[in-house]
Amino acid sequence: MIGTVLRVSFTNLRRDRVAQLLSFILPIVFFSILAVIFGNQSNRTPHVGVAVVDEDGSELSRRLVAGLKGETSLRVRTTTRADKNTPEIPLDRDGARSLVRAGDVPVALIIPKGLGESGLRFVGGERAKVTMLADSSDPIAPQMVAGLLQKVAMTAAPDLMMGNGISMFEKYAGALTPGQRRAVDSWLPRLKEQSAQPAPSPAAGGKDSTSGAVAGLIATEVVDVLRDGREKKTIVAFYAAGIGVMFLLFTCSGAGGALIEEQESGTLERLLLSRLGMARLLLGKWLYLLLLGALQLTVMFVWGAVVFGLDLLGHLPGFVIVTVFTAAAAAGFGLLLATACRTRAQLGGISTIVILVMSAIGGSMFPRFLMPESLQKVGLLTFNGWALDAYLKVFWREQPLPALAPQLAMLLVLTLVFLAVTRLLARRWEHV
Amino acid sequence: MIPLAVSDVHKRFDQVQALAGVSFELHQGEFLALLGPNGAGKTTLVRAVAGRVRLDSGHIELLGRSADRTNGREALGVVPQEVALYPLLTARENLAAFARFNGLSTAEARQPIAWALEWTGLAARADEPIKRFSGGMRRRLNIACGVLHAPRVVLLDEPTVGVDPQSREHIYEMLTELRSSGASLLLTTHQLEEAEGRCDRVVIIDHGRKVAEGTVAELVADSFGSERTAVFTLDHIPEPPIPGLEQIGNTVVTGGVRDVELDLPELLRRLRQAGCQVNGLEVKRPSLAGVFLRLTGKELRE
Repeated sequence: MIGTVLRVSFTNLRRDRVAQLLSFILPIVFFSILAVIFGNQSNRTPHVGVAVVDEDGSELSRRLVAGLKGETSLRVRTTTRADKNTPEIPLDRDGARSLVRAGDVPVALIIPKGLGESGLRFVGGERAKVTMLADSSDPIAPQMVAGLLQKVAMTAAPDLMMGNGISMFEKYAGALTPGQRRAVDSWLPRLKEQSAQPAPSPAAGGKDSTSGAVAGLIATEVVDVLRDGREKKTIVAFYAAGIGVMFLLFTCSGAGGALIEEQESGTLERLLLSRLGMARLLLGKWLYLLLLGALQLTVMFVWGAVVFGLDLLGHLPGFVIVTVFTAAAAAGFGLLLATACRTRAQLGGISTIVILVMSAIGGSMFPRFLMPESLQKVGLLTFNGWALDAYLKVFWREQPLPALAPQLAMLLVLTLVFLAVTRLLARRWEHV
Repeated sequence: MIPLAVSDVHKRFDQVQALAGVSFELHQGEFLALLGPNGAGKTTLVRAVAGRVRLDSGHIELLGRSADRTNGREALGVVPQEVALYPLLTARENLAAFARFNGLSTAEARQPIAWALEWTGLAARADEPIKRFSGGMRRRLNIACGVLHAPRVVLLDEPTVGVDPQSREHIYEMLTELRSSGASLLLTTHQLEEAEGRCDRVVIIDHGRKVAEGTVAELVADSFGSERTAVFTLDHIPEPPIPGLEQIGNTVVTGGVRDVELDLPELLRRLRQAGCQVNGLEVKRPSLAGVFLRLTGKELRE
């Protein structure tokens, strides 16, 4: 009899494709996403964008900038322009700060005046500090750039460091003999020559070069440009948006399932027999889901404000606009899932798979900036990726409302696409 | 103007010819029963009238206008076979919702809702969620939701299925009242006795074709002529069986008699010869079930 129980269970599983997907495919998909995010696949280091402002203009600073540009894991920007029609101009401190605040780059390096003069050394004397303007929503990028900066200091200007060291030696231990001086003078150009060679690849030597021994070669200070102490901001904003949008999707697909329930109970047939019509029925359901979703997100953010000190009131206009657009898209998506599925059980399974994958890729579970670049781009195929970007622009980067235009436009387009496909799929419920 | 005219309608679903040329008319104020075994095409026909099935050919007119999704919907009321209501809403809220879906404004719906609550006998429980209602109460409300907008033609798909006799009686009283208000009713049912006792005319369909149409008396006359059914209650069942008599109970046999005066004495004589004592005798006109069986070759529930 136990054998019969087993046979019946396996037969059910064999005939239930959704259960098979949930049992075997979803775990593999999740495993793969996490492996790609955290597994550093193929030893590829993610590219980190960094803005560099050279206020010093010394030989050392120029060589540092060149060295940073030679790092394959960095994308260095030293210029900017107001718009497409104006020429590129060198970045200044304010421009770099704006780029970090806008989220274009997670880090900006300001090489201050006097760095070349104070030179490279581990300790002693007044050292000019390189300022790192950082976006603290990304805890990885500033550390990575700081390490690479120290490495570049070693590899890009060994001759300057050597010269500086000899000067220190002569200052405290007495002058070199003429023979020693000749040897040093003949060696320094060779060091300079070596530093002009291409930087070793990260896989070959990049990891070792950021060891603790050279960590203090260039003095740095980190300034979090998104936490200037004026507002009470925490990473809560990020998680309120991430978790809020993920559960919004679950809510909308669940509530969208009411359509299937109506079909099963016969009320859908009755509604279609009435003068309501399918288009108005879908529109009514979509509006309901939109309001439900907006309410759910509001509850989430109010909770964040009351319990975790999220500054909701200070960002109210942006919150309202992004919430409405996000809820509209989520409502459309929920209806799309509901009309694509034949039964409530199918909807439950499919929506679990789709929403979990979308949430993982779109950044609800792990910040997208932690993901490899390719996966970050894939994340933009999900509407929740755009919604999260919009929320981050409002709460984290404090961008003005016009800066939300790309995200809002994309959410609007996706909403229209979802609704159009939903309408097409719903035709199966109309005439037969 | 004829409320509903169905002309030579055809509809095929893949390999199944659901409708194969059905034609009939529903007259003003008439109560017409549409009978047929499962799969005969009744529900397809009702859904076609309601504009939910695209016909391959043929024509349906509702109050003189072609019946499609956009034409004349306000004149049509449909009561589906399922209790298609919202269980968490109260009776009043369900009525209000379906009144709105059928085109009544909130103000226009007020009076019909009050009428419907009285009509269904649910006024005392108008503000209770209907999930607490009995099956019969839900059925009554199901009908009311389909006729709130005072349609001139009402399609009722098995409106009494699964309800107790008392509730069924209540439902037929409601339908009679509806008809007396001027509505024309088209009813599909398995309950032949109900159709027989309450409907003006009957249309029987099978395999998508109309096999008979008329009053019950006309159908019986057409199918059986003057034939009647004799039911004998005996002291024991004759052995061997007497040709023409069929056992239907422990001591009951039945048989058709074409001419009561000639055939009945003959049957009585044979029973006496077989040593049976006749304790009771009933001569009955053939029922609609008999007509159905004769026309379609099967019981209605097959």
